Amino acid sequence: MPEPSHAVELEFRDVSKRYPGSEESVIEHLSFDVPAGEICVLVGPSGCGKTTAMRMVNRMIDITDGDILLGGESVKAKSAAELRRSIGYAIQQIGLFPHLTIADNIATVPKLLGWDKARTRDRVDELLELVSLDPAETRDRYPAQLSGGMRQRVGVARALAADPPLMLMDEPFGAIDPINRERLQNEFLRLQAEIRKTIVFVTHDIDEAIKMGDKVAVLKKGGVLAQYAAPAELLMAPADQFVEDFVGADRALKRLALQRVRDIDLWKAAVVQVGDPVDEARAKIADSDLPIPLLVDSERRPIGWLSEGAMRAERIRRDLRSPAEPLVELDDILRDALSDLLASETRYAPVIDSRGAVTGILSLEVISHVLHDHSLSTSVASNYDLMPAP
Amino acid sequence: MTAAVLAQLQIQDPNEGGASCVAENGFCPAWIADNFDRYLGPLGEHVFLTVVSVVIGFTIAMALALLAHRRRWLTGPIITTTGIMYAIPSVAAFFLLQPITGLGNQTAIVALVSYTLLIIFRNITDGLRNVPAEIVDAAKGQGLTDGQILRRVELPLAVPEIMAGLRIAFSTTVGLATLAVFAGGGGLGSEILTDRFFQSNVVVAGGLAVLLAAGFDLILLAVQKAITPWQRGVPA
Repeated sequence: MPEPSHAVELEFRDVSKRYPGSEESVIEHLSFDVPAGEICVLVGPSGCGKTTAMRMVNRMIDITDGDILLGGESVKAKSAAELRRSIGYAIQQIGLFPHLTIADNIATVPKLLGWDKARTRDRVDELLELVSLDPAETRDRYPAQLSGGMRQRVGVARALAADPPLMLMDEPFGAIDPINRERLQNEFLRLQAEIRKTIVFVTHDIDEAIKMGDKVAVLKKGGVLAQYAAPAELLMAPADQFVEDFVGADRALKRLALQRVRDIDLWKAAVVQVGDPVDEARAKIADSDLPIPLLVDSERRPIGWLSEGAMRAERIRRDLRSPAEPLVELDDILRDALSDLLASETRYAPVIDSRGAVTGILSLEVISHVLHDHSLSTSVASNYDLMPAP
Repeated sequence: MTAAVLAQLQIQDPNEGGASCVAENGFCPAWIADNFDRYLGPLGEHVFLTVVSVVIGFTIAMALALLAHRRRWLTGPIITTTGIMYAIPSVAAFFLLQPITGLGNQTAIVALVSYTLLIIFRNITDGLRNVPAEIVDAAKGQGLTDGQILRRVELPLAVPEIMAGLRIAFSTTVGLATLAVFAGGGGLGSEILTDRFFQSNVVVAGGLAVLLAAGFDLILLAVQKAITPWQRGVPA
């Protein structure tokens, strides 16, 4: 029953917006492409026209000059109502219909499109599951009976109802508390990895933009495009002072949020076990990047950092200077790993793989090197690309 | 004072006491029981006057409200006009209309309708206007046409306020319809006027009018509850 998911390319072609009687443009010659299946975040300070730009896509606001193309076809080709039925629409205030049940809310567009009852019902249940809500429990309730986070999910489900190739989302998580917002963002990224829609996402929050976007369009006052780039590029090479200021003084740290421990070159550790010959251990130390050997068990799982005294005899004894804390995992985001190091007041930590075995050492020096190195290159993995390295 | 107390005591005797109670102009259950039938006709007329007037008034007010919903500038003039109609003293209206519409129920209905317009119109327009902007935006953004937004979103959400307007309109009209007798109409008012110095008569006719207003209110409240299931157990 579920139809093949599809997405379209979105193209802003020299789009301008001026209101009658006003000299100043709200949007000024805006041009950019969003490839099919990618999230484009429109971000900028208030009054930069980001919401206006988004609302011109489904013609909630008329285009003064230029054109917007969906899969090569002008948005002006169809009637506004017909166009809007083919574009998912989710807004910060959600705007669920309080007098309709959750099922009827989600079925809004399918009903307009004349789907039969069975198909609509199946689709509603499928969507509720997709956004992690229990269909049997949620279907017949009214919006006022749900929590804010649940309502937000229903809003997303409603926008997805007729499987539109394009979704518009205006600060969809803006009214949610920080903890739930983080959760909804992650959930949405997982969902997007599955449905692969083309998405225009509006936010004023640069952190959210960097997290959510495959591409980020930074707009400044008057609807001028300041920079259109992938998040990493935005952080590494801001196009001008405005973008540099907007991404913030901590852009180096933000960049760490885009990388995982597995993406970088780690220090080599001197890994020893109890009973190893001390000579052998000394050779390992000479060959490693850190002069302190790491004691591991038979599965190469870290036990702790060895003390000087442990190597006084012929064989390694179990004599620790400190436990192996913190432990960093290969899939950890660099920012979180750095935070762990700082919190433990240590300069280095063992990195373990999914089985718990040591694969290297992460140190402050490594991170600092990464920051320096990557300011010159642009080879940074996409932030939500969770595919393991080949 | 003594007479009144005596009258109360005499009520105890159903046969002779009845006549004496009437002579004393007291409150006479026996007389009421004997004569209750004569109020049923006027009560029916009263219901008829009220329902017909409110239904016509609702139809006109709804048409005006929908018009003003599309053309906002009409709201002011409509409120002014219906406001003037509402401000005309009712008894005066019943007399003023007679040269045009003659004597009878039609005159009463014209006057009663004109009193409902302002109340119902205001409540419908308020109801439509109070639909949160983001809900209309979400509806529009999903591809509902203006007509679909009105029918499927705005009017259903305005139901509580529209019903509130109807309840006021019914109560007001039940009250005003007691004056329809001055336009030559029927209803409980004619009974009151027939013997307006006889306490028992006035109490029964007036009491029925009060009960009628309360009855309409309860029915409308029940209807409102039935058609707005989404408001149940939800803080306003």
